[in-house]
Amino acid sequence: MIKIDYLLLVVGMGLVTYIPRWFPLFFLSRRQLPTWFIEWLDLIPAAILSALISHQLFTAGEPRQLEFFQPKLWVAIPTFLFALKTRSLVGTVLVGMLLFWLTGKFL
Amino acid sequence: MIKEDRVNISIAIKEGVKAAWPICLGYFPIGFAFGILAQKAGLHPLEIALMSILVFAGSSQFIAVSMLNSGAALFSILAATFMVNLRHILMSSSLAIYLRHTSRRFLSLFSYGVTDESFAVNLTKFREGHWHRYQGLMVNHVSNAAWIGSTIVGGYGGQFIPAGAFGLDYTLIAMFLCLLVFQLRGRYHIITAIVGCVSAILLSIMIPGNAYVVIASTLAATIGFALQRYARKRGTGR
Repeated sequence: MIKIDYLLLVVGMGLVTYIPRWFPLFFLSRRQLPTWFIEWLDLIPAAILSALISHQLFTAGEPRQLEFFQPKLWVAIPTFLFALKTRSLVGTVLVGMLLFWLTGKFL
Repeated sequence: MIKEDRVNISIAIKEGVKAAWPICLGYFPIGFAFGILAQKAGLHPLEIALMSILVFAGSSQFIAVSMLNSGAALFSILAATFMVNLRHILMSSSLAIYLRHTSRRFLSLFSYGVTDESFAVNLTKFREGHWHRYQGLMVNHVSNAAWIGSTIVGGYGGQFIPAGAFGLDYTLIAMFLCLLVFQLRGRYHIITAIVGCVSAILLSIMIPGNAYVVIASTLAATIGFALQRYARKRGTGR
């Protein structure tokens, strides 16, 4: 039913996805990491999160282009401020969804 | 030790589901969209399920399906998948600090569920403390189930969910914004985030694909780290 070519593809994709996820966890968690490396890793989440969000907010299209005038970005400003003020994940998600939904309704 | 773990498992399920709900909510529309796209590319729901189970990585699954559609070779799809998911190396490295002294079996199971979203939620929780590794594992598996389920539903015809319904498309952005706020714990974290933001925008325009995430975040963390070190050396740190 499922073709062998497809099976090969998804198993291969599974492997190349799994290895980058598995390798550092498996090996780094068993050794004493140097302090500088831990300090560097401590900055990684802030770096990754801002990198993951920013292109969605500031670029659009394919190939991507700078785009400052999109609802995603406008909604992000009050949502970000709400998160800063309340530090509530649940609230931020709901506020973001509500504002984005309203922007879609009225624009 | 074993007893303690047993007690934790029932709490872990509850707490894990509680922490994973924004991820699930965000996965639904993306999962539906993927299912619809994959079905249009000629994949059977069973094949869609198989890919979601084995790969569990949204962006690379989208890329794979569109490459399949244009008749790309096996090797080039695998290479693209690998490139897109390289960023997980950084995430797993950050998580490793909080998963010391755990069994190899647990680590191997946990790493299956490391995604952008589960990483962001779990890392925040681990940092806050009182987050048991089983709670983390629950977050991974609950969001995994939501992803697999929504892609299958999409494959059977998820058109009944109108695009952009209830602001669902914004769930993950809002979640990331809030988790980013949690990460802004000091001057150098803020600098890192700003550098990450600006460099990601510039790089994402210059380079097609997803490689910009790895480059921008490595660059940002390194600049933030160097500035922190430099300031400390001059005695003005923190």
